[in-house]
Amino acid sequence: MSHLATYVGLADHSEQTLASALRSVAEGHAEEADVFHTCHLLAGWSEEHRRRLAPVVERYGEEDVEEPERLHHDGLAQVRSGPVGLLRDLQELYVLGAMVETTWTVVIQGAQGLRDTDLLEVATSCSTQTARQLSWFNTRMKVAAPQALIVAR
Amino acid sequence: MTDRIADLHGVRTPHPRATVWPARVDQYLDDGLGEGDVDRWVQSACLLCSNGCGCDIAVKDGRMVGVRGRAGDVVNHGRLGPKGLYGSTPWASSPDRVTRPLVREDGRLVETDWETAMARVVERSRSSLEERGPLTHGFYTSGQLFLEEYYLQAVIGKAGIGTPHMDGDTRLCTATSAAAFKESFGADGQPGSYTDIEHCDAIFLYGHNMAETQTVLWARVLDRTRADDPPRVVCVDPRRTLVAQEAERTGGVHLRPRVGTNLALMNGLTRELFANGWVDEAWVDAHTLGRDELEETVAAYTPEHVAEICGVPADDLRRAARIFGESQAVLSTVLQGFYQSHQATAASVAVHNLHLLRGMIGRPGAGVLQMNGQPTAQNNRECGADGDLTGFRNWDNPAHVRELADAWNVDPMTIPHWSPPTHAMQIFSYAASGSIDFLWISATNPAVSMPESARIRNILSSDDCFVVVQDLFLTETAELADVVLPAAGWGEKTGCFTNVNRTVHLSEKAVDPPGEARSDYEIFLMYADLMGFTDKDGAPLVRWRRPEEAFESFCSVTRGRPIDYTGLSYEKLRGPTGIPWPVNEAHPEGTDRLYADGVFPTDTEVCETFGHDLVTGAVVTEQEHRAMRPDGRAFLKGAPYSPPHEEPSDDFPMLFTTGRTVFQFHTRTKTGRSSSLDDAAPDAWAEISPVDAERLGIDEGDWVHVTSPRGGIEVRARVGQVIEGAVFAPFHYGRWDPRGVADAEHRLANELTMTVWDPVSKQPYFKTAACRVTRLRGGDGPAPAPTTTASPATDLAPTVGGAETSSRVLDVTPAYPLDPAGGS
Ligand code: SF4
Repeated sequence: MSHLATYVGLADHSEQTLASALRSVAEGHAEEADVFHTCHLLAGWSEEHRRRLAPVVERYGEEDVEEPERLHHDGLAQVRSGPVGLLRDLQELYVLGAMVETTWTVVIQGAQGLRDTDLLEVATSCSTQTARQLSWFNTRMKVAAPQALIVAR
Repeated sequence: MTDRIADLHGVRTPHPRATVWPARVDQYLDDGLGEGDVDRWVQSACLLCSNGCGCDIAVKDGRMVGVRGRAGDVVNHGRLGPKGLYGSTPWASSPDRVTRPLVREDGRLVETDWETAMARVVERSRSSLEERGPLTHGFYTSGQLFLEEYYLQAVIGKAGIGTPHMDGDTRLCTATSAAAFKESFGADGQPGSYTDIEHCDAIFLYGHNMAETQTVLWARVLDRTRADDPPRVVCVDPRRTLVAQEAERTGGVHLRPRVGTNLALMNGLTRELFANGWVDEAWVDAHTLGRDELEETVAAYTPEHVAEICGVPADDLRRAARIFGESQAVLSTVLQGFYQSHQATAASVAVHNLHLLRGMIGRPGAGVLQMNGQPTAQNNRECGADGDLTGFRNWDNPAHVRELADAWNVDPMTIPHWSPPTHAMQIFSYAASGSIDFLWISATNPAVSMPESARIRNILSSDDCFVVVQDLFLTETAELADVVLPAAGWGEKTGCFTNVNRTVHLSEKAVDPPGEARSDYEIFLMYADLMGFTDKDGAPLVRWRRPEEAFESFCSVTRGRPIDYTGLSYEKLRGPTGIPWPVNEAHPEGTDRLYADGVFPTDTEVCETFGHDLVTGAVVTEQEHRAMRPDGRAFLKGAPYSPPHEEPSDDFPMLFTTGRTVFQFHTRTKTGRSSSLDDAAPDAWAEISPVDAERLGIDEGDWVHVTSPRGGIEVRARVGQVIEGAVFAPFHYGRWDPRGVADAEHRLANELTMTVWDPVSKQPYFKTAACRVTRLRGGDGPAPAPTTTASPATDLAPTVGGAETSSRVLDVTPAYPLDPAGGS
């Protein structure tokens, strides 16, 4: 049980990290109107995921991670500026998002094993939304890349 | 003799359901001229709204002196509206046409010759391409050019330069129409037909004030609603428009959702279909995908919940849903109230969903008309000057890109297709940040028409970006350009254009353009020649000279696509009527409606897009699309409602929304130069509700200051019938004025609007901004708003005063080849 609690905790933390990173990217690149609005929207999704997870956290407790954390993900301490900066920030959002998504994958497996239908429901629907966040990061990066790499001043 | 300012829609010709719309020929000739004075009539179609009415241009002594409707044309059966009658020709001989090229010298525009002007353009274009490559180039075009001109522009941009930065002001008017079609049906293209009006038993107008935006089409509707067996009309609009009044009159409903809440309303209507068992399950099963997910998405939107969000009474919503659910053939039309508002694509797609759930598509009367704002917006989409790939091809499908590369004999790598085409707002944002430094604007006036005007003016006037503008007049945008090229307009050049209803018309040259003005086609051709663009084998990329050759080339690249022009030619279009595509061997006379067989172009190899997430705009990948196995089935796609980006606050407690008035078109470039039209709507105004007027101490005609966090306008107040808490302002009015009114600096509605757009269609939102209204001082009479349209104030004299026109109902209705009701 304690290992599932670890992952429930990880889901909670990583969603929190993603949400705050999204808010910083939104504000840091506010001159890109779609980035500003979409990042705030997606941050709202991550915050909603945490709210939905809260009763589960309550039930399982949030165990401290025993495994050493090798991939540090403190979120985006500082947002970069300019077109290439946007590209890098989107890329890091993608990495954070992938961390969230794989965490949900693991939680889904645990919930299935335990036949915890409530958790399964929460984790599945959050995971689906995380995948949509990743798709947007990817789409927006593809759009931004050529201009940023080749002609940005 | 008729004053068509006073009588917008002209004399009624009511007729029973499923019979042909009678013909009526409308005509206008300049003051003092009779039919006998006309030297010749030249075939064309009206270019002042997306309706595309067939008409002939009257020519006398080398001047265009009037117009008359074409009785045999399927679009208008001879009718013309006030804009077409009064606005088609006067601009052409206006003394302030730009007749020579202009270049900027020491900060001022000075006249020069074509060689000098083009040399500057080419020199700057070359140096930019050499230094930093094709991504420095942006093209921003119009919804008012001809097909040949868009196609040439697309070939130059995609295969000559290789830039993905091409778009049109169609992004501001039509992008959502195209996006919604692609998301639901797999490809662009209007599924229904205007003939649906004759066959439906209910008409739903979503954010579409048809009585003002397409007057001739509204006359067609009135001829049904004023007959003995009228369809019921349902109107979704925050203003009590003529459409809303007709809804009440026919026993339909007027739904007035709060600005920015359309999707919640649509989700409510959709839920009612499921909850009441009005879904044609067998049809849905055979022809669609996504039914269950949609039901889940809309489950929470009970009429009571919708009432809370939208302010629409729950019973009104139920009533509207019942009309949709119990009718046999519903026609739906959609326009800017949806397209330029929050969650635009999702709300427009929801209209398709209703039709798909009821199996109401592909048969007479059961149609969807996702309208266009501009007359040739459709061609921009078809040709790909708006960034789409020519011939409704999918940028994400290598086979589609190769087809074009083969047709133009270039390397597929030249044609940008690594990500979705750059949309207009992004083009301007690249220009703002300096990565686009060569911007070519044709036949449009973004300084007035784009959101957040102050921002756009800064971009256009910055030294970093070289701006070329080609237009008929020195518009607010042209004034900021580095080079201004004088263009020929409608009637001064030959080309084709296609209306919102897929009907292709040929518009022949009637007169010579003034001075040294040249057609946009000739200008782009000149540029291509001077730049020396070549194909893979070193031959000139653009080998055609005459527009007709460009048309033939375009027709051939549409082969095998849902939009098929291969059966069309100039010769064929010289008949009595325009012809709706597809026109090919299987449909030699054209096609009245698409999807009659319930098969949609959604197959992975065929579709124009793999689709998007309606909420975020993330693209669906090819693998994801393939896994869904759409195989010709339409998509049912839903999304939850979310609140608009800017909500009223203490500082800005009201909602600002913009729109059209019937008598003006766009930034008044043409209509402002017609005295009949300009007298009818001479200046901007702001419409507020009586309740708000009372609260703010404002009387009809008082000067008010309307401000948003971005800017403000000072105009006179119309105490009208807009919803409480909202302010409406017409968007046509910029600084230019035909008679130099004193307040012209402070009436540009887009000073207030926001830089924000729909995630899928990338259409900017003009209808959701917060604002504040304060009274400045008393006026000297009523507001300059027309009283006969959507800004009525009950106790004011009706707007009158148009020049004389004639109107003649024909005894014998001509035969219309594709009309399901036949013809004589
Ligand atoms: S309805 Fe549109 S196309 Fe027809 S005459 Fe009027 S402005 Fe022209």
